[in-house]
Parts: sequence; structure tokens; C-alpha cells
Amino acid sequence: MASLKELKGRINSVKSTQKITKAKQMVAAAKLRKAQAAAEAGRPYAERLAAVMASLATKVSGDSAPRLLAGTGSDERHLLVVVNTDKGLCGGLNANLVKAAKVKARELIAAGKSVEFYLVGKKGRAPIRRDYAKEITGGFDTSVVRNPGFEEAENIAEELVSMFEAGKFDVAHLIYPIFRSALVQDPTAQQLIPVPAPKSATADSGAVVEYEPGEEEILEALLPRYVKTQIFGALLEIAASEQGASMTAMDNATRNAGELIQKLTIQYNRSRQAAITTELVEIIAGAEAL
Amino acid sequence: MALHFELVTPAQLVRSEDVHMVVVPGTEGEFGVLEGHAPFMSTIRDGALKIYKSANAAPEEIMIQGGFAEVGDAGITVLAEHVAG
Repeated sequence: MASLKELKGRINSVKSTQKITKAKQMVAAAKLRKAQAAAEAGRPYAERLAAVMASLATKVSGDSAPRLLAGTGSDERHLLVVVNTDKGLCGGLNANLVKAAKVKARELIAAGKSVEFYLVGKKGRAPIRRDYAKEITGGFDTSVVRNPGFEEAENIAEELVSMFEAGKFDVAHLIYPIFRSALVQDPTAQQLIPVPAPKSATADSGAVVEYEPGEEEILEALLPRYVKTQIFGALLEIAASEQGASMTAMDNATRNAGELIQKLTIQYNRSRQAAITTELVEIIAGAEAL
Repeated sequence: MALHFELVTPAQLVRSEDVHMVVVPGTEGEFGVLEGHAPFMSTIRDGALKIYKSANAAPEEIMIQGGFAEVGDAGITVLAEHVAG
């Protein structure tokens, strides 16, 4: 049986843990609102860009299509771009992402392709290195800035596009969580490069659109931008997901700590009473002996 | 009647309003867009976007960087990567 002092110490330590998790939960709740607003604010741009891409892609096709759209012609070497968070304390979010990445990697390897990883965010590095240490070709550190924004997305996209142009890989997949709610974040894999041909746009109104410079030039300028937007979207989603998952995880942790405190308090009171009873018995026995 | 003008960046929808005319710094030269312009699409060089609220008003300038402009039936949409001011 633990001594009274020990029990008291444990209760206090759980109490201070609870304070920390409670604080983290409230911080996450506040940040979640901001992250969600940012994700929503970024949506119009992505939608417009996708619409323009769709209408352009139908016009430029065949041999003249840029490589970012048409691909290298083979699909042997795959690159998995895995977007993770930089900080922990967000439940199973990173574990689920890594799991999704590994499932995808196994699938591709089973199909006889080669797989490489490009890691964004700190928390994916260690678990992926455990299984695929040699396949990690690069990564981007987002931990140096507080809120990864468009600038970071730009840098990542530029690096990926230059890797693609240097012929380092044929197909790139982006693996990131889609934020559904504070409770649910779905890890998703999406093809990033070559840019998947958008669903054929609803037939244009027949109006002849003039392009300046040409259609191909515009498409060429647009494709890297599209990749950037995709990555930026992923960064926004990961930010919202991190805060959402963190809020849920910390809520659970706070509740667990509360339960633990209750249990320990009961145990503490029982042993205190036991000690008092023993003392009384001793005193009475001593008095009787006289 | 006026031209519907939207300025969008990846981070947010900066402007969405009805204006008289917008002068866009296209890669092959500036072009002004009035209401009823033919469908048109152009890439943009870094420069100032001039917005005329009404025919005689002094233009409001917004510095934009990288992107493209699309003119359609619905008006003009400028997708810029960075916006200053």
C-alpha cells in the first residue's frame, strides 16, 4: 500500500498534468477557429484555378501538352509527398497519416514500382525512417515558421517541380489529412504531378476566349501555380486538422486525468482512515493493558 | 451597369465589387476591361492593378504579383499570388 505522502504527491502531479492538457485544449480550440477560417478563405482561389485549368486542359491536349500535365510517359518511379504536423499532442493524426503513406507505398511496391518519400513536417520523419530509411529523398522543414503559408507552399512546389524536371520521379502523390471535423480527419492520397486531367468542364457557352500570350503558354504558367495551390491547400488542411485533433485528444486527456484524480483521492481517503483506525486500535489496546 | 471585379489570392478573397473599369498589367501589355468585354484570358506581370470606381474617378492602385486575369460573362477575375496594399 502506498503511503499517504506518496499518494498526495501523485494526486498533485496528475492535477498539474490536467492543467497542462486543459490549457492545450483551450489553445487548440482558439487556433482551430483561425485555421478553419484560413482554410475557407483559401477555397475561392483553388476553385477558380481548377475551373480555369479544366477549360484550358480540354483545349490543349495531345503532344503539345506540357510535361507537368502529360507526365514523363512512364510511371515507374513514384514520389510520396507526406504532409505531417511539426508538433505532437494531437492524438492519432500523424500515426494515421504515416499509416496511409505506408499502405500506399506497399501498394506501389507490390505493383513493381519504386517509391521515394518527400516529407513535410517533423512528425512524419521518425516513423517513416524506421521502415523506409533509404527511400527518403528530401523534406521540407515547416517548423521554423509559426504558420506555414503560401510562401512555404511555393518553396515546396518549386522544389518538387524542379525535381520532376530533372527526371527524379515520374509521378508524385500528395498525402495529407482532409479536415472533416474536430473528431474526424481523413488521410487522403492525391495525385499531384502530373496534374490529373480535370473532369471535362461543362461545355463552354461557345464563346471564343482569347488568350494572351497563347493557350499553351498560359497553361505552362498555370500548372506550377496549380501545384502550389494544391500544396497550400494541404498545408491549410494539416493546420486545421492538427488543431482539431489536438483539441479532441486534449479533451480526452483532461477527462482521463479527472477520473484518475477521483480514484486516487478515494484511495487516499481510505488509507487515511485506515491509518486513523489503526492508531485508535493501538491506543485502546494500550489503555486496556494498563 | 457595371463591371463585376474580383481579386483573389490564395489566402483570401481580397475584393469583390462592381466597378467601372479595371486596367490590368498583362504580360504583353496593359489592358483595360470595361463591362461587356469579350472573353479573354491573360497572364500577368508584376505591376499595379488600376481600379476605376466610376468613369471620372481617380484610379485606385493595387500592386499585384504573379497570376492571371480571366474575363468572362460574369466580369473580371484576377488571380494573383501576392497582393500589396
